[in-house]
Amino acid sequence: MNTQTDTATGPWPAAAPPQRMGFGDVLAMALFALRGNLMRSVLTALGVIIGIAAVIVMVSVGQGTQAELDKTISNLGSNRIEIFGGSGGRGGVRGGAGSVSTLTDADVAAIRNEIPELQYVAGQIRGGAQVVNAEQNWNTQWVGIQPDYFATNGWEVERGAVFGERDYTGGAKVLLIGTTVADKLFGGDDPVGANMRVGRVPFTVVGVLKSKGQSGWGGDMDDVILLPLETARRRLSGSMNMAPGTVQSISVGTARAADLPSAERQLNELLRQRHKIQPGAEDDFTVRNLTEIVAARTQTTRLMSLLLGAVATISLIVGGIGIMNIMLVSVTERIKEIGLRMAVGAGPREIRLQFLAEAMLISLGGGAIGIALGVGATFLTARFIALPVELNLQVIGMATAFAVATGLFFGYYPARKASRLDPIEALRT
Amino acid sequence: MSIPVVDIQQMSKVYSPDTPAEVVALRSVDVRIERGEFLAIMGPSGSGKSTLMNLIGCLDTPSSGRYLCDGVDVATLDAAERARLRLTRIGFVFQGFHLLARMNALENVMLPLAYAGVSRAERKLRAARALADVGLAERAVHRPNELSGGQQQRVAIARALINRPPILLADEPTGALDTKTGAEILALFKRLQMAGHTIILITHDAHVAEKADRVIYIQDGSIVESLAA
Repeated sequence: MNTQTDTATGPWPAAAPPQRMGFGDVLAMALFALRGNLMRSVLTALGVIIGIAAVIVMVSVGQGTQAELDKTISNLGSNRIEIFGGSGGRGGVRGGAGSVSTLTDADVAAIRNEIPELQYVAGQIRGGAQVVNAEQNWNTQWVGIQPDYFATNGWEVERGAVFGERDYTGGAKVLLIGTTVADKLFGGDDPVGANMRVGRVPFTVVGVLKSKGQSGWGGDMDDVILLPLETARRRLSGSMNMAPGTVQSISVGTARAADLPSAERQLNELLRQRHKIQPGAEDDFTVRNLTEIVAARTQTTRLMSLLLGAVATISLIVGGIGIMNIMLVSVTERIKEIGLRMAVGAGPREIRLQFLAEAMLISLGGGAIGIALGVGATFLTARFIALPVELNLQVIGMATAFAVATGLFFGYYPARKASRLDPIEALRT
Repeated sequence: MSIPVVDIQQMSKVYSPDTPAEVVALRSVDVRIERGEFLAIMGPSGSGKSTLMNLIGCLDTPSSGRYLCDGVDVATLDAAERARLRLTRIGFVFQGFHLLARMNALENVMLPLAYAGVSRAERKLRAARALADVGLAERAVHRPNELSGGQQQRVAIARALINRPPILLADEPTGALDTKTGAEILALFKRLQMAGHTIILITHDAHVAEKADRVIYIQDGSIVESLAA
């Protein structure tokens, strides 16, 4: 050893004025501290892991259910009102809705002409029939329709074409079939252009309807065939004992959802007036607003999401308290280290940053693991519990934000406590 | 000449003032320490020498009077500013070494440089040189529990010097060491003084104090004697 010290320990002044500690160093210090007590760090993070995983699963299931519901709504046909004839009661015997046809073509025309809010108006009759293609046969429901039926009930044609103007007026023997019927009668073959029988009447299939899946009540909406109203009257309703010029139900639709209440009111007035129903007497028709059913279901879903969200929030708070608890223990345990760091030049800011960074790393690390677990659990849920799920980046971003917020919120108090220690006291302990 | 590194004028320190528990730890003390001095502060326990050390080390603020640390008035500074002052002006050496157990010797020496915002590569380089200066080059990757007491204190001295502070403040640096190792540490201080460092040694051991150029005796919070060796 020589007496002349190297530049590194040479006398003052220092080579360069000191700067503030870098972000990377703060992070490295925090990581170093957490690694020193790895088991405890992981256990502390467990609360956040469970909380974040719960948030991901619950939001995914919530969004999936909502999306499924939206699909159902649009398949039912949105902004739609359904009017059923009957229920009028003749001779004291009351049938179910639609069993007695009190609605007429004239009613359809009047509704179309006198209620401008109603953009779509279509009358229907319906029944059941055995349908046959060569060796295959199947019992299904047929609906005789008018052109606006596609708009009000949300049907689209997947292959082939919709009926033309002359099909409606001329009573053409043409059919659009649902995918279930196509599958039962034609298997893998293309039904478009093929001939099949409904009962004993031969028809030509002009198109296949786009699948709608299950209805809101679990029925198969694709088990159906559509044909023009006139055709249905002439060829299929013979045994149904219907008066000429009547329809069983009328579907109407508005362009905007906001117009529905006013349209419904006008409908009631118009039909009561046309059917000459005295004030106070019972309607001989039933108006059913599908939006109400949908609204009730939306409400249920919203309530469910709210409850799940509350559960997730509570688990995150519990996880955060766990972090705060351990960080407070850590500050007490490492009081000597804090004192030394302060003596060698760490200010309150540096100490605060270090402990805050430790809390953040626990919550962010827990968040990352929680996201992985949550995504995994979401897929398992979709697969084995058959709940609809929808997982998107937004959910993961939200979960990350929750983790950061948890770390910041519950890490700040212990970090502040550490930064306010008196270095003399801390060194003495 | 240049300004003194420590200029204490009429400084007092009172704990819990105006309460029944009031303790006057220092009474109107005057101390001037010039650059390059090797000074010992002696006194029995409870005499106020620890209080004086904490004040010189900018860990505390005086109740009255003035302390100019390397020309900076400490009384006007808040906790963060005092931390900056310690970072740049003071190197601490403690009786109990105060090394961080999970870090090796090199990492312990590097620690203050992190707070000075020095890059990691530069930190390593400077810490390695500082360790070599105290004769511990080959012990850089050993943890404190793998080092002898004397070696641990050398690491602590290297850490105290790493920011090249004008004041090296040692509180009973040989208190936990045997006589021979203690003598080696004192020799190291002497050598550092030769290299231009200012050394302030707090001790109650007269044998240690006699290595210094000047000794201040303190009793009941007042300086009773100031001797040049």
